[in-house]
Amino acid sequence: MWSWVLHRITGVAIYFFLLVHILDSALLRVSPRAYNAVIDTYKQPIMGIGEAALVAAIMFHALNGIRIILIDFWGGGPKRQRLMFWLVLVVWVILMAGFLPRQIGVILSEF
Amino acid sequence: MTTETVEAPRSARVSRRSTNWEKWAWLYMRGSGVLLIVLIFGHLFTNLIADEGGVKAVDFAFVAGKWASPFWQIWDTLMLWLALIHGSNGMRTIVNDYVSNSTLRRIMLVALLASSIVLIVLGTLVIYTFDPCPSGALQSQLPSFCPAQ
Ligand code: HEM
Repeated sequence: MWSWVLHRITGVAIYFFLLVHILDSALLRVSPRAYNAVIDTYKQPIMGIGEAALVAAIMFHALNGIRIILIDFWGGGPKRQRLMFWLVLVVWVILMAGFLPRQIGVILSEF
Repeated sequence: MTTETVEAPRSARVSRRSTNWEKWAWLYMRGSGVLLIVLIFGHLFTNLIADEGGVKAVDFAFVAGKWASPFWQIWDTLMLWLALIHGSNGMRTIVNDYVSNSTLRRIMLVALLASSIVLIVLGTLVIYTFDPCPSGALQSQLPSFCPAQ
């Protein structure tokens, strides 16, 4: 049940980010100045935290999506759905452990 | 002992020849999901991790450098279409689940469809009409392969 709630919430959150992301990318067609001005806001520390949350949401949605697909198509899937949920969480923690230090380093750097 | 008489079902049998759109939408969610894992993970890796500056390296010149190659143009086009259709079809499911007023539901579904079409057309046009060296821009904001203006 919680995997379903999280899948739904992350799906909606990613969807709304995608709407904004297509619009900000459309500024590439306006001018370098307009695009850079908006993309520079993504480099603020507060947005860096937002990006980390977005990546966390996508990672969970993608891993749990694989789990849903395996439950639907793999004969042994339904029986192992609970085990697979724990696996989703473990792999998610590993991916985030790889990404977070990198992202924090970038946020704090003077690039 | 009494005998029960069971009435014949009153609803007509569903025609087998009509397309089962819900089934195709269900399959699409799973097929696009598998492809999106590759596309989105690759996208996040090249744009947030591979470059030394991470997200701070992303600007007009960075994107112009990527889109100089048809590889990334096609990559981004596939990602745009697959993700937006996957996302809006998922939102359609959620609207159907929670919006019980049929007029409101209809308005929301039409808005979802309309916004998705507009954004897919807009995004595709941006990728294929992109000009990496627009005139009147600061040289410092352009990719290094642009001729001096
Ligand atoms: C990264 C790869 C992704 C995978 C593997 C994936 C997988 C899935 C799967 C298997 C479903 C369930 C469909 C069903 O129950 O019929 C789903 C639902 C959904 N996905 Fe994704 N997805 C991915 C990316 C995305 C993206 C980028 C978005 C947003 C644009 C998104 C938004 C949604 C939404 C809104 C739902 C509906 C949730 C619900 O009905 O509860 N997904 N996804």
